Amino acid sequence: MGILDSKIPSGPLADKWTKHKNDIDLVNPANKRNIDVLVVGTGLAGGAAAATLAELGYNVKTFCYQDSPRRAHSIAAQGGINAAKNYQGDGDSPYRLFYDTIKGGDYRSREANVYRLAEESANIIDQCVAQGVPFAREYGGLLDNRSFGGVLVSRTFYAKGQTGQQLLLGAYAAMNRQINRGKIQAYNRHEMMDLVLVDGKARGIIARDMVTGEIQRHSGHAVVLATGGYGNVFFLSTNAMGSNVMAAWRAHRRGAFFANPCYTQIHPTCIPVSGEHQSKLTLMSESLRNDGRIWVPKRKEDADAIRAGKLKPTQLGEEERDYYLERRYPAFGNLVPRDVASRAAKERCDAGFGVNKTGEAVYLDFASAIERYGKEKALTSGLKDPDKETITKLGEEVIEAKYGNLFQMYEKIVDENPYKTPMMIYPAVHYTMGGLWVDYNLQTTIPGCYCAGEANFSDHGANRLGASALMQGLADGYFVLPYTIGDYLSDDIRTGPIPTDSAEFEAAEKGVRDRMEKLMSGTGIHSVDYYHKKLGKIMWNKCGMSRNGKELEEAIKEIAELRKDFWENVKIPGTIDSKNQELEKAGRVADFLELGELFAKDALHRNESCGGHFREEYQTEEGEALRDDKNFKYVAAWEFKGEPKDAELHKEDLVYENIELKTRSYK
Amino acid sequence: MSGLIKSSIARKVVMALSGLFLVVFLTQHFVINITSVIDPETFNSWSHFMGYNPLVQFILQPILIAGVIIHFVMGFILEIQNKNARGVNYVKYKGGANAPWVSRNMIYSGLVVLAFLVLHFYDFWVHEMAYKYVNFLPEDPTRYHEETVVKFAPFWRTILYVVSFGLLSLHLWHGFSSSFQSMGLNNKYSSAIKTFTKIFSVVIPLGFAFIALYHHLNPITH
Amino acid sequence: MKLYLKIWRQKDANANGQIVDYTLDGVEGDMSFLEMLDILNEELVSKGEEPVEFDHDCREGICGTCSLQINGEPHGPDRLITTCQLHMRKFNDGDTIVIEPFRAKAFPVIKDLIVDRSSFDRIQQAGGYISVNTSGNTVDANAIPIEKHAADAAMDAATCIGCGACVAACKNASAMLFTSAKVSQFALLPQGQVEAADRVQNMVRQMDLEGFGNCTNTGACEVECPKGISLENIARMNREYLSASVKG
Repeated sequence: MGILDSKIPSGPLADKWTKHKNDIDLVNPANKRNIDVLVVGTGLAGGAAAATLAELGYNVKTFCYQDSPRRAHSIAAQGGINAAKNYQGDGDSPYRLFYDTIKGGDYRSREANVYRLAEESANIIDQCVAQGVPFAREYGGLLDNRSFGGVLVSRTFYAKGQTGQQLLLGAYAAMNRQINRGKIQAYNRHEMMDLVLVDGKARGIIARDMVTGEIQRHSGHAVVLATGGYGNVFFLSTNAMGSNVMAAWRAHRRGAFFANPCYTQIHPTCIPVSGEHQSKLTLMSESLRNDGRIWVPKRKEDADAIRAGKLKPTQLGEEERDYYLERRYPAFGNLVPRDVASRAAKERCDAGFGVNKTGEAVYLDFASAIERYGKEKALTSGLKDPDKETITKLGEEVIEAKYGNLFQMYEKIVDENPYKTPMMIYPAVHYTMGGLWVDYNLQTTIPGCYCAGEANFSDHGANRLGASALMQGLADGYFVLPYTIGDYLSDDIRTGPIPTDSAEFEAAEKGVRDRMEKLMSGTGIHSVDYYHKKLGKIMWNKCGMSRNGKELEEAIKEIAELRKDFWENVKIPGTIDSKNQELEKAGRVADFLELGELFAKDALHRNESCGGHFREEYQTEEGEALRDDKNFKYVAAWEFKGEPKDAELHKEDLVYENIELKTRSYK
Repeated sequence: MSGLIKSSIARKVVMALSGLFLVVFLTQHFVINITSVIDPETFNSWSHFMGYNPLVQFILQPILIAGVIIHFVMGFILEIQNKNARGVNYVKYKGGANAPWVSRNMIYSGLVVLAFLVLHFYDFWVHEMAYKYVNFLPEDPTRYHEETVVKFAPFWRTILYVVSFGLLSLHLWHGFSSSFQSMGLNNKYSSAIKTFTKIFSVVIPLGFAFIALYHHLNPITH
Repeated sequence: MKLYLKIWRQKDANANGQIVDYTLDGVEGDMSFLEMLDILNEELVSKGEEPVEFDHDCREGICGTCSLQINGEPHGPDRLITTCQLHMRKFNDGDTIVIEPFRAKAFPVIKDLIVDRSSFDRIQQAGGYISVNTSGNTVDANAIPIEKHAADAAMDAATCIGCGACVAACKNASAMLFTSAKVSQFALLPQGQVEAADRVQNMVRQMDLEGFGNCTNTGACEVECPKGISLENIARMNREYLSASVKG
């Protein structure tokens, strides 16, 4: 087991969490008033945790770089949230959700954590409905469900295409209630610059007021990091422009192990890149795959003609199209998990069948869904022998009701009508399964430093299933962390307030200031974005959807060189002591330049293909991922040792007592 | 209650209620006035009733005056508050892109109507007050029609009246329907209400203008 | 295409700002408006000048961070989108574009095009929630059936992204559409009934305290709202407020 003690409770899987909650120490309500908790990041995980901790009685301070907690990037999740409610009576259960998640994660996640997640999932829906989250409903007034990739039941709850928004606003409202009570002090437009350790425990943070530039010290008995994922290491991703790894990386440098950095989810249904100017990518919800069929032309000549603008996709007949997902994976078809769908798209495009100008796009076609729904609607509206036009019109209305906002978004960006001509999609970086290593209590390897939501590594293994990120963020925030943290804080009831004038705070603040001054002292040749884009290109080309040993080695070297260049030559106008967006970006990119190297190192050491990590050397003859359970059935947790390339590997062996390891098959 | 009247919504409701009250008065005023065109005798008798009935004179008339004052004083207060709420003005503000001119310029149409009211009060109300309560002249139920028609002999007055009715129409065009929204009415009946208010805000001022022009073009000759 | 930009520059909250002219060449129709500004900023940084600061984050129209008054309209000339979704194909070669921050006394400028919208947060804090504990000990979600029509209407109100376009567009800088969206969401749901009277009164009081103007029903907010929040919500809030006030 080494240094990594996952603290998984003993006993049968289904009883572990209940038993654990009964066994851990609690802090009595009067003592909670004497304990301060800092929560960094106010998305689903952070916002939910802050609200619940404050409600329990702790004094909470929250920090976010956005101007309001309501803007955290959880808001952009579209499709839905999974919960094992079995409202549809299709045989769903916590066990099935647990099983699907483990399998979807390609057997690289911790059984106990995932089971707990499945158990709490139903609770989330109850909680959110009580908070007034307007989930979609059926005519009978009960909650509606849809299905998502990688599963055989309908367990996804949704609020139009804005589920993340509604859940986040729910957590934000819960936070607001506590702010109004004075139990949460919200520091918005504040960025965590470093974690402060006193006697080996996390006791505070150094934050920068992004409006005034003021460097502040904040102390607490525990620090919760809920700062999201690091997909922006690729520059182009579906993450928000501000999403960054700084908080997690600062903690990593202070001793928190970083687990499985190479597990990145490339989402199959994003709007393709249109040019060099592109600043970010836009996701189209996976729910579209419920009704859209993915294809490329069967003949290369047709693909060439389409790319040249000589042929329109609608001119190709059924027999001239290659519905490659339906062909390769007849059981799941267009609803295979994300990693499988993404790689299949890349495979077709690399083989020369891509369809837009860049050759990096495939079609997502709604024509047959429009026809199917149109006929159904005509039938239920009592229309006899409707003509084709009527059917199309009715069908388009049904599609509009289901996905109207997504179709509108697509049309605004691409300037094509997706009702009439198939959408073009291509995979894009979307979610990072890796993150700070945490034990069953969500505590990192630094005592008192907790990590929740996408920022930790815990539940999704090597690939996350759709509609599971919201579930994990809220489960961590509402139902797990607020209780497990009490076990740690119960030792702190007599500690009293943590002073911020200690040598540790002094040193940390000085470190932050020195680092910014060093950034500002660059000789000034290139902008921050220049470096970020370069890093992104290296990552996408060499650490992207498929990787190989040679290129990963190159990537490690190139990133180290780029980092050196960055520190010498980056150009940042303005001053430290004022609002300075370039300086903010520079601090984040500096950390991405370190993380990127560790990412490549992790990908290089993992000599297998699993989930989002696909190594070209390890595949079957049919091009499917080849996992190596004998040698790599572990979590790779990296300890910082000065330079990313020197990071030391610690392994947490994954024990499967309740699930038999199988080759993932969606055929 | 004092807290209530300070709130933005309560103030809007005050504007809406006083406005609606004035619309009711306007309707009644119109009904009486139109008789001056149709049947001068009816006009005389109704006018005499309005002028000498104690309920109208000492209860309704003060309420009406209070209604007018509340409506325009509150209008001014809100206008000042609203101007202040912007802080720094835009260099370029394209109000026409998202809201009709009338809705954005109620203060101006209102000011014109207010100025008109001053003239109108001077023309008729001050005259009446002087007749009854300063000079104590005897009751004469037959004088109203002639007095009215004579007023519209000068071209300038007729034109001023007609122009003011135009601005009144604009003011009503937004204000009448808007008062229902202010009081929280926005449902399936709203489009019908809206249509009615739009017709009203054109027809009534047009009617008033017609009366003024009619009397201008048909002077009493004896 | 080549564009002439007139951009509001202001060093910080206390400084005086002014419009500064820039000329930008090589703009393409496929670029988003913010990507166009990215390019301008790249140029400025390479010249050693401070870039134009503007708020933005998700760049897919949902977080509500981006703002900008573009040629006199919040989020520019297109409808039902935010600035980050506005594409340059809506403009022509040689156009002059005036870019200003959202203006309201309750939205003070922080720097350049960035404004402080924390007044919106304070309105929400005054009552934009249902007072249930987040401990999870609630009734089963399906124990409260909600009529589909009501649930859909609540969802429509709840889609507000809090960007502030309604305030920016309103000639009175009124925050009624924003406030009413949240009041409506809860007024339409059974869960929201218990605290309905206090909620609307507290939120309206806070809205007034922040210095927003009054609603004069011009409808500009509804037209400019990137999420199409309806004026019906304002009527509903007026109704809720009146009934709460009458009840005392």
